Amino acid sequence: MSARVLVGVKRVIDYAVKIRVRPDHTGVVTDGVKHSMNPFCEIAVEEAVRLKEKKLVKEIVAVSCGPQQVQETIRTALAMGADRGIHVEVSGKDYDALGPLQVSKIMAALAKKEEADLIILGKQAIDDDCNQTGQMTAALLDWPQGTFASELTLEGGMLKVVREIDGGLETIKIKMPAVVTADLRLNTPRYATLPNIMKAKKKKIANVKPADLGVDVTSRLEVLKVDEPPQRQAGVKVETVEDLVVKLKEAGRI
Amino acid sequence: MAALFKARRALGMVVGHGVRCLTQLAELPELHQMMRQTCRDYAQKELAPIAAQLDKDHMFPAKQVQELGAMGVMAVEVPESLGGAGMDYLAYCLAVEELSRGCASTGVIVSVNNSLYLGPILKFGTEEQKQQWITPFTTGEKVGCFALSEPGNGSDAGAASTLARQEGDEWVLNGTKAWITNCWDASATVVFATTDKSLKHKGISAFLVPMPHPGLSLGKKEDKLGIRASSTANIILEDCRVPLGNMLGERGMGFKIAMQTLDSGRLGIAAQALGIAQAALDCAADYAHKRTAFGAPIGKLQAIQFKLADMALAIESARLLTWKAALLRDAKKPFTKEAAMAKLAASEAATFVSHQAIQVLGGMGYVTDMPAERHYRDARITEIYEGTSEIQRLVIANSILKEYQQ
Repeated sequence: MSARVLVGVKRVIDYAVKIRVRPDHTGVVTDGVKHSMNPFCEIAVEEAVRLKEKKLVKEIVAVSCGPQQVQETIRTALAMGADRGIHVEVSGKDYDALGPLQVSKIMAALAKKEEADLIILGKQAIDDDCNQTGQMTAALLDWPQGTFASELTLEGGMLKVVREIDGGLETIKIKMPAVVTADLRLNTPRYATLPNIMKAKKKKIANVKPADLGVDVTSRLEVLKVDEPPQRQAGVKVETVEDLVVKLKEAGRI
Repeated sequence: MAALFKARRALGMVVGHGVRCLTQLAELPELHQMMRQTCRDYAQKELAPIAAQLDKDHMFPAKQVQELGAMGVMAVEVPESLGGAGMDYLAYCLAVEELSRGCASTGVIVSVNNSLYLGPILKFGTEEQKQQWITPFTTGEKVGCFALSEPGNGSDAGAASTLARQEGDEWVLNGTKAWITNCWDASATVVFATTDKSLKHKGISAFLVPMPHPGLSLGKKEDKLGIRASSTANIILEDCRVPLGNMLGERGMGFKIAMQTLDSGRLGIAAQALGIAQAALDCAADYAHKRTAFGAPIGKLQAIQFKLADMALAIESARLLTWKAALLRDAKKPFTKEAAMAKLAASEAATFVSHQAIQVLGGMGYVTDMPAERHYRDARITEIYEGTSEIQRLVIANSILKEYQQ
């Protein structure tokens, strides 16, 4: 199989870090805060590597959009088994305003340029929880999409995707080229081995600008304010079920 | 005139080579950072959650050792051609520190396999010995151990009373070895025995013995204060026969092999001690934020702040010494003095920091609900094995006196 897979990896604030809102309420504190690869992107990379180990895929290209620091995230993907990386340079205000619409335009442009057969992304990023990039990318390319994948099988030129949906599991069959987004139970990502970390150093990361891909990264969104979630208020204890019903009606809940 | 010339040349060497090393002390190269992060992630996700249970059950973490083997951590310095990760000693020290931060027992298991078992074979073994005794021990499937100490001599390594006599095409070993880490879980050992009693310490040789093996039996597992998930016991040799080809290095080279091996092993233990100390600091600093007394988190009190500062200082100082010694070793420069300093500083830091951590936690530090008591118990051995603090001081003093030789 000569398939080429594009995997998007996003650099996000580490899941274990306590998030703090900036004093000017324009965003969250990122300076000096630990960042790592988005957990769903890790799962996406792992799936691509497993496909390559099964010889169903020939080359894995890890892509990330952002400033210099995202190269660390690409290197982690290389250490997990990706073959080469593409760093799409976006920095400063453009990076602060970067969202799914721009990223999906970039991914679509790269997919055409690299002649990709499959794009695997995480279902969403843990910082913005948008859950849009995969879907938008598929739409821009007019490719089928298998989102919230908990199981992925390649059969001929077709993909069988088991999707996690509200009602349970849905199995679909889609033609390649296609976009798949990884859900939690798709796999358990591997730890990079020391030899692979060494090999990652020699793998190439190409630098490219959005303008080179014909993509305008100006945002159509303006963040007005960022606040912490409201402090949880103390509850009220009631004596009887009747009191409870009265209170719920008062609060407009029933 | 000659002295001035020598000094200028020495300066040139320091500036030329030292710059790279000094930068590495300030900020690790990307490769090492990635490696450190991987080991930290593994330790925090896979080791830290089970460390208390492993300690309680005195259980060897076989599954984790295999996973670490697959990651290349059980044979960091071993070249890729023999199945290792092919990285440098600095990388190894970083790995052991991060793993020990999760579980000190796992840290020592990794350290003993790397430094004390694979180390001497890598340095003194023949190509054939390397194939046979190194490659199977890189994957985590098998671990090795190092048998130098005896019931009658620990620090006094030159007085080895285990004997080896040649009988035809075999060596026959007799004697008892004590305090052998990993031995109940090991598949091979490097044993030191006297081949020529009259030559005193120059009459000791090193041997490779598979385990289990006829003539080799294990004593009872010691019930230790700490690092309980790693096994420690006596190895008893009663007419234990091995082929002549199992001698490691030349006859009479044993003491030299042991001392050189321990020089490196020392850094592995320094790294382990750093990991334990760091874990204790993590625990104390976290508690200082959460515990309130006198109307505020105790981290606001100077008494606690001074403790945390002293703890962090002790760890960072020892860490830099450890890194420097590792860098010297990687540059193939003499590192005996620095290694002894690193081990001494790190082990004393571990006992100091874990002691203070319990103090910061108060009553909570004394119970098993918090890991502080385990760090305290784990730290204690670092001042003893692979060269007691007293021996380290002798090594350092010896080095200093040589430098100032009249």
